[in-house]
Amino acid sequence: MSQEFKIEIISPDKTVFLGSTEEVLLPCYEGQITILKDHIPLITFLRPGVIKISKNEEFYVEDGTVEFSDNNLLVLSTSVQSLKKIKSEQINEMLKEAEKKVLSNQISDKQKYILNYKIETLKQING
Amino acid sequence: MPSLDDLKKRIKSVKSTQKITKAMKMVAAAKLKKAQENAEKGRPYSEKLQNIILNLTKSMSDNTNAPKLLTGNGKDKIYLCVVITADRGLCGGFNSNICKLAKSRFKNILNEGKELKIITVGSKGYDQIKTEYGKYIIDKKSFKEKKQISFNEANEIGKKVIELYEQEQFDKCFIFYNNFKNVITQIPQSEQIIPTFIKKDDKIEENVFTYEFEPDEDEILEDLLPKNVSVQILKAFLENAASEQGSRMTAMDNATRNAGDLVDKLTINYNRSRQASITKELIEIISGAESL
Repeated sequence: MSQEFKIEIISPDKTVFLGSTEEVLLPCYEGQITILKDHIPLITFLRPGVIKISKNEEFYVEDGTVEFSDNNLLVLSTSVQSLKKIKSEQINEMLKEAEKKVLSNQISDKQKYILNYKIETLKQING
Repeated sequence: MPSLDDLKKRIKSVKSTQKITKAMKMVAAAKLKKAQENAEKGRPYSEKLQNIILNLTKSMSDNTNAPKLLTGNGKDKIYLCVVITADRGLCGGFNSNICKLAKSRFKNILNEGKELKIITVGSKGYDQIKTEYGKYIIDKKSFKEKKQISFNEANEIGKKVIELYEQEQFDKCFIFYNNFKNVITQIPQSEQIIPTFIKKDDKIEENVFTYEFEPDEDEILEDLLPKNVSVQILKAFLENAASEQGSRMTAMDNATRNAGDLVDKLTINYNRSRQASITKELIEIISGAESL
């Protein structure tokens, strides 16, 4: 029996990825999780990070919602970008912006937490 | 009776108008295809998000802790209406249809003794509403320069709406837009977005799963509901964009046809009066020759 399940990544303007896979790595709000087939139904949301489907299919996200049920994984994200398409200058720019924001005092702890993850992920992608 | 020269000028001017409307029709047709695609691509996101929220709300054990965006703040006094129209005219009844629906709604709200606040998106809607309901308009937005409406614009409005809600500036929020059914039919619609209202007869599959939540329902809902507002607005934008082009296409098609009819009529007139003047001249010559 195949160990694959369906995965769908959707952004507001299009379906970014549609396919099936054996395992997905998700940067969830409370930590990274891996989803395999027959996972129990789950709803959770994402922090900035990279969704890893396979070596060639990696996506950068800043936020998003995940639903897994009946061997269908659904990722809704407004900021999803394929790592293949994202350029390093773009990352540098985002990195600069995030670093500037994190230093300002006007943000809440939650925002700081999210921004720190963003910076870390962006650095990892570029490094 | 207009002179031959006048008729000639008229025909020429109608013909050039026809050329313009024809070109506009072509442009609208090309844009329509893209807008339609965008609207279709945007549908899964909003549908699935609603689906998730429905699943979440179903498994919520008690409503007392539920976020206000979902259940409302218990009051029913101030209504916020977001009217989404186009920035350009020449698209048939597109803008007036939304405004008509919105205005009848405004009237009802005011008749019931409720307070009314309006945000207009798109300059055409603002122009039509300001004469009658200008004093209720609290904000107007226009994305004229933007070639394509993306999530960012919708998010901007969504954030603004939520900010107002958190300041308790209103109790209920409705959006008005044109739903794109097909090229010929666009249906003006109003939808309640705050408190989140999920239609029961939507094509939502009945799920019987018990979900595991991380961190917990309330926190997820708090994250999701503001997003849902933006997404609903985006959906309205996309539907509106497709409707606008569709409406413009039909309007321009009609205009081109009307111009064609007019040219035919004027040409017949022109030929008749040309012939009449020739006949008149002939008669004058003949009667002149006869009298000699």
